Amino acid sequence: MARRQRPNVPVVIDGHEVMAYPDESVLSAADREGIRIPRLCALEGTSVHGGCRLCVVEVAERHKLMPACGTTVVEDMEVRTRSRSLDEHRKLICELLLAEGNHVCAVCVSNGACELQDLAEELGVDHVRPDYQFPRRSVDASHPKYTFDPNRCVLCTRCVRTCAEVEGAHVWDLAGRASGSHLIADLGQEWGEAPSCTWCGKCVAVCPTGALAWKGKAVGEMRHDPSLVAFLSSAREQGEWVDREALR
Amino acid sequence: MHNTHVIDPVTRIEGHAKITLELQDDGTVSDARFHVTEFRGFEELCGGRPFQEMPALTARTCGICPVSHLLASAKAGDQIMSVAIPRAAVLQRRLVNLGQIIQSHALSFFHLSAPDLLLGMDADPEQRNVFGLMASEPEVVRRGIRLRQFGQEVIEKVSGRKIHGHQIVPGGVAEPLTDDEVIDIGYRTGEAKQTTLDVLAHFESLLVTRFRKEIASFGNFPSLFLGHVGPDGRWEHYDGALRVVDADGTIVADDVEAHRYKELLGEATNADSYLKSPYWRDAVGEHGSPWDGIYRVGPLARLNVATHFGTTLADAALQRYRARTGEIATSSFHYHYARLLEVLAAIEAIEGLLGDPDLTDPFTRAEANPNRRRGVGASEAPRGTLFHDYEVDGHGLITAVNMVIATGHNNLAMNKTIREIADAHIDGPDVPEGTLNRLEAGIRAYDPCLSCSTHALGQMPFDVQVVRPDGEVVTELRRD
Repeated sequence: MARRQRPNVPVVIDGHEVMAYPDESVLSAADREGIRIPRLCALEGTSVHGGCRLCVVEVAERHKLMPACGTTVVEDMEVRTRSRSLDEHRKLICELLLAEGNHVCAVCVSNGACELQDLAEELGVDHVRPDYQFPRRSVDASHPKYTFDPNRCVLCTRCVRTCAEVEGAHVWDLAGRASGSHLIADLGQEWGEAPSCTWCGKCVAVCPTGALAWKGKAVGEMRHDPSLVAFLSSAREQGEWVDREALR
Repeated sequence: MHNTHVIDPVTRIEGHAKITLELQDDGTVSDARFHVTEFRGFEELCGGRPFQEMPALTARTCGICPVSHLLASAKAGDQIMSVAIPRAAVLQRRLVNLGQIIQSHALSFFHLSAPDLLLGMDADPEQRNVFGLMASEPEVVRRGIRLRQFGQEVIEKVSGRKIHGHQIVPGGVAEPLTDDEVIDIGYRTGEAKQTTLDVLAHFESLLVTRFRKEIASFGNFPSLFLGHVGPDGRWEHYDGALRVVDADGTIVADDVEAHRYKELLGEATNADSYLKSPYWRDAVGEHGSPWDGIYRVGPLARLNVATHFGTTLADAALQRYRARTGEIATSSFHYHYARLLEVLAAIEAIEGLLGDPDLTDPFTRAEANPNRRRGVGASEAPRGTLFHDYEVDGHGLITAVNMVIATGHNNLAMNKTIREIADAHIDGPDVPEGTLNRLEAGIRAYDPCLSCSTHALGQMPFDVQVVRPDGEVVTELRRD
């Protein structure tokens, strides 16, 4: 996001003094300093969801873990992004995500280019402790250009937010509760029947796993590009497509 | 009263199985059965998946011959898309299948069967394995391992990985082959060919002095033989049409397209094995036994149905082969011999392909939505004819899968083979270790891949049991 002022809020992240913007999130400030915090639902250019809880951090004088994406910096805040306890929390979250769906990397279109797979590797998930749920979920291949495979969906809502906030179509939503939560198109229609869909493909670009993919992709062929949304939002804020001369 | 011997697990094969021998009190064999004891159920778990994912998904059936599944599956996908794939893709697919034949046959011959063939069926079991062979004939093993490596590298260049590649896709192949990759493959054909010629000459010399009893008793019976042939009757491994010949060499069926396989082949199930028993429908009729429709596939069958290889050295070797076996080879022991000939033919065919300028053409993939409800893909896997039969819904999601695997085709023949070996070598309730090994070697001649054939997982331990008529197991040999 473009900023006109210099960052002027001092915070301490992992012992480093960092200057943050007044309304900035801990995640964003850490990113600018090159301090890596694992995340899955966070997507630059869209609103904060805070659902995956992978970016939780320890904040001094607060008794609970805070999501770095949804926590705004305050002056002299002290943040720890790594600890044995945090590592274990994140690892367990990743295992729960893997156990909840049907994630079989070896035969997934996004094998080798999947954020969930990368996270599992980063967090040292070499096996999954919770029982696999093996849910029975049907693939929606009704759209002429794209495929939705709910077996691979982690309910991060990147697609929901991108479609609503960036494309302005709001095709996607979550339905159901708890373990029954699932992604729906246009209030529960087959994607191919959803009249709001503009076929823009932004939801596919931002999907962190192989849940949303280009149709016809074979195993390991899908490549997503979440940075597309950050570029679009930033360009929109800066009026990249506006005739600036006419505005004067 | 009779005894039952059980060999459990059967070793040096791919998968998990056991053999049961039932003996009468006088020591004669009353029954011999080959049981496959593992199960995976790929046909079920593929349901609902997009057909484009099927090649890489079904390739996971097997770590030895994933290429065969990639090809049959991709060909079924081509049919569902109703496309004619680019010529470069055809050439790449042919190349990768030749690499597969080389590596799999090298594994079967050098790693799994050479201990029996070169050290002897009655050699000390402690030494009768690839490590024992390394100690006595290190150069043979070294060259065998390098031959297999050559096949694996061909596979890696085309499919992206040595095992479970992903670049064979419905509509063609994912990436063009580069000139450097073609040159790399070309560097190694000479060594691979010389290794094959040397081991072939060695094996042919052994046939003069050894294995007479094995040739006579290792599945030496008349049966039908099924395989693909090219338009002029030549040896074929990727395209072509099905041909069936009988033990006299009479062509029983010819020019049969793969999608008609169900009209010709029935599939019987067995209560004591996860492996199905396909049979030739015409020979069985409506009320006959599947045993009447016994047929064999694989290297032996491919050489029986084909008139020639179409390459110089392999055709010369084929003449020598037929001088020994007759026009139609009926002994399953000759699978080993046929395998070596196929390796030679595959290397020569690779040399021919590398000279084709279209091999590196950048057009490698046709793209299309599903345009047909059913697709049947067939290829010649190292172990024999492989069918993948898919049905899809209007969006291209799989609604039904049937896979007929080479080892399945040979199931009845393998059962008949162990019965034949048991009859020839067992005389009394005490079954010596050398005889148990012959039983295993009889199965091993087919190079069965039980992980594929039951679409199941695992290495192949092998058990033999000897059981009394009242069901009591009197002898059990187990190898893990």
